[in-house]
Amino acid sequence: MKKLFVLMTLMLSFSVAAVIDVYDFETEEQEALFRTLTAELRCPKCQNNNLADSNASIAKDMRQKTYNMVIEGQNEDQIVDYWIDRFGNFVLYKPPVTLGTAILWVGPGLFVLFGGLIIVRNSRRKVSVETDERDEELTSAEKDRLAKILKDSEK
Amino acid sequence: MIPEIGHFSLIVATALSFLLAIYPLIGAKINHPGMINSAKPLAIMQFLLMSLSFAVLAYAFATDDFSVGYVATNSNSLLPIQYKISAVWGGHEGSLLLWSLTLAIWTAAVAVFSQGIPKVALARVLSVMGMIAIGFNLFILLTSNPFDRTLPYLPLDGNDLNPLLQDIGLIFHPPMLYMGYVGFSVAFAFAIAALMAGRLDSAWARWSRPWTLIAWVFLTSGIALGSWWAYYELGWGGWWFWDPVENSSFMPWLAGTALIHSLAVSEKRGVFKSWTVLLSISAFSLSLLGTFLVRSGVLVSVHAFASDPARGLFILAFLIAVVGGSLLLYAVKGSEIKSRGKYSLFSRETFLLMNNVLLIAALLVVLIGTLLPLVHKELGMGSISIGVPFFNNIFFYMIIPLAIALGVAPLLRWKKQEADLRPLFKQLAVCAVASIVLAVALPAIFADKIKIVAVVGFALAFWVIITSSLEVYIRATHRHSFVSGVTKLGRSHWAMVLGHVGLAMMLIGISATQNYKIEKDLRMLPGDEVVFADYLFEFERIGEANGSNYEGYKAVFNISKDGKFETVMKAEKRSYFAQRSMPMTEAAIDWGVTRDLYIALGEQLADDSWAIRIYYEPFIRFIWWGGLVMSIGGLLAVSDRRYRFVNKRVAKAQSLGQE
Amino acid sequence: MTDDEKKKKPLITADEKKKKQLMTRLIPLIVFLCVSAFLYIGLFRDATVLESTFIGRPVPEFALNDLVEPELQHDKSVLTGQPMLLNVWATWCPTCYAEHKYLNELAEDGVYIVGMNYKDERSKALRWLEELDNPYKISLYDPDGMLGLDLGVYGAPETFFIDSKGIIQFKHVGDINPRNWNGELKAIYEQLK
Repeated sequence: MKKLFVLMTLMLSFSVAAVIDVYDFETEEQEALFRTLTAELRCPKCQNNNLADSNASIAKDMRQKTYNMVIEGQNEDQIVDYWIDRFGNFVLYKPPVTLGTAILWVGPGLFVLFGGLIIVRNSRRKVSVETDERDEELTSAEKDRLAKILKDSEK
Repeated sequence: MIPEIGHFSLIVATALSFLLAIYPLIGAKINHPGMINSAKPLAIMQFLLMSLSFAVLAYAFATDDFSVGYVATNSNSLLPIQYKISAVWGGHEGSLLLWSLTLAIWTAAVAVFSQGIPKVALARVLSVMGMIAIGFNLFILLTSNPFDRTLPYLPLDGNDLNPLLQDIGLIFHPPMLYMGYVGFSVAFAFAIAALMAGRLDSAWARWSRPWTLIAWVFLTSGIALGSWWAYYELGWGGWWFWDPVENSSFMPWLAGTALIHSLAVSEKRGVFKSWTVLLSISAFSLSLLGTFLVRSGVLVSVHAFASDPARGLFILAFLIAVVGGSLLLYAVKGSEIKSRGKYSLFSRETFLLMNNVLLIAALLVVLIGTLLPLVHKELGMGSISIGVPFFNNIFFYMIIPLAIALGVAPLLRWKKQEADLRPLFKQLAVCAVASIVLAVALPAIFADKIKIVAVVGFALAFWVIITSSLEVYIRATHRHSFVSGVTKLGRSHWAMVLGHVGLAMMLIGISATQNYKIEKDLRMLPGDEVVFADYLFEFERIGEANGSNYEGYKAVFNISKDGKFETVMKAEKRSYFAQRSMPMTEAAIDWGVTRDLYIALGEQLADDSWAIRIYYEPFIRFIWWGGLVMSIGGLLAVSDRRYRFVNKRVAKAQSLGQE
Repeated sequence: MTDDEKKKKPLITADEKKKKQLMTRLIPLIVFLCVSAFLYIGLFRDATVLESTFIGRPVPEFALNDLVEPELQHDKSVLTGQPMLLNVWATWCPTCYAEHKYLNELAEDGVYIVGMNYKDERSKALRWLEELDNPYKISLYDPDGMLGLDLGVYGAPETFFIDSKGIIQFKHVGDINPRNWNGELKAIYEQLK
């Protein structure tokens, strides 16, 4: 199985090309719901495709089933729950908020918080030592060098 | 015989990279001029041999030498010649060789164009680049040799290049991207060399900056090109999918963008040096991480290369050696970095640093979002997917503070704003009101509904444009009249303006397409008509359309608006001989400044009708034009006269004043 | 922090400050090494295998025809009563061909296997069983893959391990071969009893 897989993917393995199914909807809302769902649900068999863009036979089945449920009048949550019940959270591109996934929001959030704190603290501290000798932007040696570079390059 | 020459020159190039990594470095340590001076010729020789090796592989493709296994799997005698050449980097082995060649190009370029830099410092930099070259060259030789022969069982013809890659966009996309990824190795090498020597002054930032900018320009245009290619070639009408491979290119870009800003501050004001060093290390480390993710198969991606644990293991070991080693060096030697200078809360420094924090937070979102599925599963918590809805949502919230601060920063002074902030706040308030008015006006003109999310995006874009214009006006009229003042603004000033306006253009494009794109799947017979987004689409006819290595169909549509004929659009569907199971869509795109019309041809249905997908994509071009404008900005910054190192006199003055 | 507060604080020695700074600068390295550990483990795992959500849950309701006798209809009761394997297979699946021989051996050893022919053509499937022997006690026929969807099947072959109460205890994705059967699968099957 694995060997076959490797053989099949010897090249860059884009498993994609446009898939176009024509479904008829009664209302625009249903069509919009179907589009949202097929864009946000993931094909379990494919490399990394949503239902809308996948040619795999399981994706076709899932599109059909999703379409049926949309036409039956089920709402987004019901349909998503139906799929999660069968394929797990994997099937949805929007991860659930759990202890395990909290870092997705908490990690960057904490970074911004601490970053902001450090910026504020540094800007205050530096001002309070205004008379410090380090006030100089560059050391005199550096200044000399910079001046030389600038003088020469302007010639 | 000829492929063996390529193999052999690759081996010699590897030997040279060993010499380059060791010899000049020891020279710098014991202050031996001969050893220090050896860096430049070694770098150039390495470049020549890598070029020879690459040319040999290209020759094998051009002459259909299917006795070379890599050629046999990635080419075909029927393939048009330009694709035979681009097929050289169409697979794992060849693309790695391209990567190594790119590194050799950058190394040689640094060796040749860095005459203003003291020789000792240059020797260290080139040595570090030599160490990276060792890793990649050994990786090719030990696990992924493109010159391996298929003998004695010679195939009659090759497998052909993946049809999706047979496209002009894909000829240029990988080399551009690699120039960007590998280009960050220069900033990395400068940072490591400076850490080794314990000299991190403003001169270091000045040397590193032009190289970083060039790499950033390549990466920006490479990503934009890839996105454009995905848009017109994949037939989904989308331009970014948050696939792990795309994320792998976006992460170094975010780090690189933070880096070019932070370098500017370090150069001008001598502050944030420690942070700048860390960013220099990060940008290249993330390029390496991307390589690992794409080639090891640990993540499930649309574009992944064949997975092979042996290869993955090699890159991971290399990754740990390079990244772990440099982060350790940073931890130990970082205390020698001294940042001088002070700045108050309302200073340009603070706002630049704030943007840096937000950019890195965005980077963390992408990094965690890409790796968490792997970690989550390994910890036994089950498989999860993190994709478009998550990233789009969180990036919407992250771009708001980023764009606001980005508009304010250029208006502030270095160090400290004058005590009275009221005039500034007044100006900003006017800008804000104007942005919001324009942001509401735009959808009111081109769309029938005003969506709040889109208005926020447009408002941010206009905010950036208006504040940038205000800044140019203030700066120009500072001492002169506006007209003469504008011409006196330096190139690096315009670079900043273009970089920011480019981002604003992208924001307009993204907000418009995300919120006002219309998509329709239709069943159509030749002769059918459909009205869609104010346009009348007439399906005129469909016929066969064959090429040298494929056969297919071409559908012709006449487009008119308000009874007036607009254009003819031709959508194709192709089946390539070598890969019949995978039909390809060649979408028809009628582009315009305010909108694209996009038609993809699907399957023929039971009743002789055809499945047709039509998109209306408002302002989508602004996304790539924005990328282009940003890249031009980067180029302007590089061309600023401060960076013309080739000036011999500078070199002299420098080497006299240093070490 | 105001100046006053600063003065009240005990002065930190230069050494302590240095140590603290070193610890801060070590953070990126530590984070990187942790990530690397996960990447390392990831190298030896197949990222495409998806765990089943049905572990510990009963088989869903269904009504499918028999593959061999089209007029015979089966429901969920055929999947209860004794420990068994439910093997999902199809003639279009090359890996199924590879595992079929071993399934025959297992059946001979007394393993109770129910087959589910998945998204396939009846005639092809019957010819396959004729030529390769039939290891299945019962063969379900699921031409449009609807039971497959209800069971979270996303490819073939997949094998469900069901206990005598009709509860799914395990799912194996990919072929069953002597190596993995004797490695872990056999033990799981024995535990069903």
